[in-house]
Amino acid sequence: MSGVADVHLPSTLTALFGDLPRRVDVDAPTVADAIARLDERWPGLRDRLCENGSATSLRRHIHVYVDRERAELDTALVAGSRVDVIAAISGG
Amino acid sequence: MPTTLLLVGTRKGLFVLESEDRRDWQVRGPYCESWPIYRAVYDPDAGTIFAAAASEWHGAAVWRSSDLGETWEWSSEGLSYTDDGLKLSKVSSLAAAHGRVFVGAEAAGLFESRDGGVTWSLLTTLDGQPGRGSWNDPDKQPPGHLGLSAILPHPDDPSRFWVIVQGYGIFETTDGGESWTPRNRGLRADWPREDPEIGFCVHKLVLAPDRERMYQQNHVGMHRSDDGGKSWTEITDGLPSEFGFPAAAHPHDRDTFYVIPVDPGHGRTMPDGQAAVWRTRDAGSTWQRLDDGLPQRNAYLGVLREGMTIDEGGLYFGTSTGQIFGSVDDGDSWSEVASYLPGIWSVEVASVG
Repeated sequence: MSGVADVHLPSTLTALFGDLPRRVDVDAPTVADAIARLDERWPGLRDRLCENGSATSLRRHIHVYVDRERAELDTALVAGSRVDVIAAISGG
Repeated sequence: MPTTLLLVGTRKGLFVLESEDRRDWQVRGPYCESWPIYRAVYDPDAGTIFAAAASEWHGAAVWRSSDLGETWEWSSEGLSYTDDGLKLSKVSSLAAAHGRVFVGAEAAGLFESRDGGVTWSLLTTLDGQPGRGSWNDPDKQPPGHLGLSAILPHPDDPSRFWVIVQGYGIFETTDGGESWTPRNRGLRADWPREDPEIGFCVHKLVLAPDRERMYQQNHVGMHRSDDGGKSWTEITDGLPSEFGFPAAAHPHDRDTFYVIPVDPGHGRTMPDGQAAVWRTRDAGSTWQRLDDGLPQRNAYLGVLREGMTIDEGGLYFGTSTGQIFGSVDDGDSWSEVASYLPGIWSVEVASVG
């Protein structure tokens, strides 16, 4: 089952893509699929969130939450899921 | 008179310093969304600034500007390892020559772009070279490991260049990167080594204007080669410390080059809190301390391996605490060019216009 999720992105990411908004509606069954959908529209975006440009693991300091629970790439999304992508913990 | 640019890679983005007379400087930036910039160069053939960057959040990319920094694009397309488990944590070294742009990465690998930085491809991970089996092992690496920490193209021969693998030494190719030869004979190492060809901690390698003599600042000592790196002789005597990071070769005089000795322990700052650059004019037989205009009290300054740069009009260095100093008289006197930048990783001088 899937549906349109409400994806919230960090400003460090949106700054890299001209027209990428902080909130995007994405229709995808998992977090990985949502990132793939975004990468289709904004090429190169997946490489900014995932190691080695693949959908096998998130970068170390990129944290994803689905409905406020810590999520991984294979976490399922449902209609109305809120997805928060956080650029976390990088010092001063 | 052409405009002089200093491309300054810092922990918080790239800055461009611009001067018409090398005395008054305008500071522009930070660029590249304030990503950490390990190295930036200007490619005069393409008219492009390239900057090797690695964000703690978003990974590695090479930024480029074709209008001297006003607008920027980035790409990491092809900047990844696809097999044997290597992970690319940063791009740390960068060079542009003969229509190619090179970046060195950690884990140690050399990537190239033939389309001006739009796409990248892996040129080599130096497979088969001595040390290759262990140099990507995180247990054997220092903090902040740079991997392939330097790339030095030959100015005339497009197929010849040198790279440094951090903690292992220099490797040379004469066929454009297909095959490699270790070039570390005669270097000192104060630690056990398993292979006589490798295990040397080369910090910075520079080429003299005769295209044959080379100098290097090593973890243990200054060294000179008169045969294009095939053999090395130590020339540390007369310096206050055998340890340092940067080095610069004079653009015209093969016997003149510059180093910045620092304390070798945890501090890694200029000895006794007194800032100085050291110069030899006789290929390392004698050394002169150059400190006119540099702070001589409570100046605990460090300069990293790409932190000094030279061209026909001047010599410049940037510190890990954000100051830049410049000299327009071969180091005899110095003035402060910028005072409050973020910590500096690299400084590169270029003339445009």
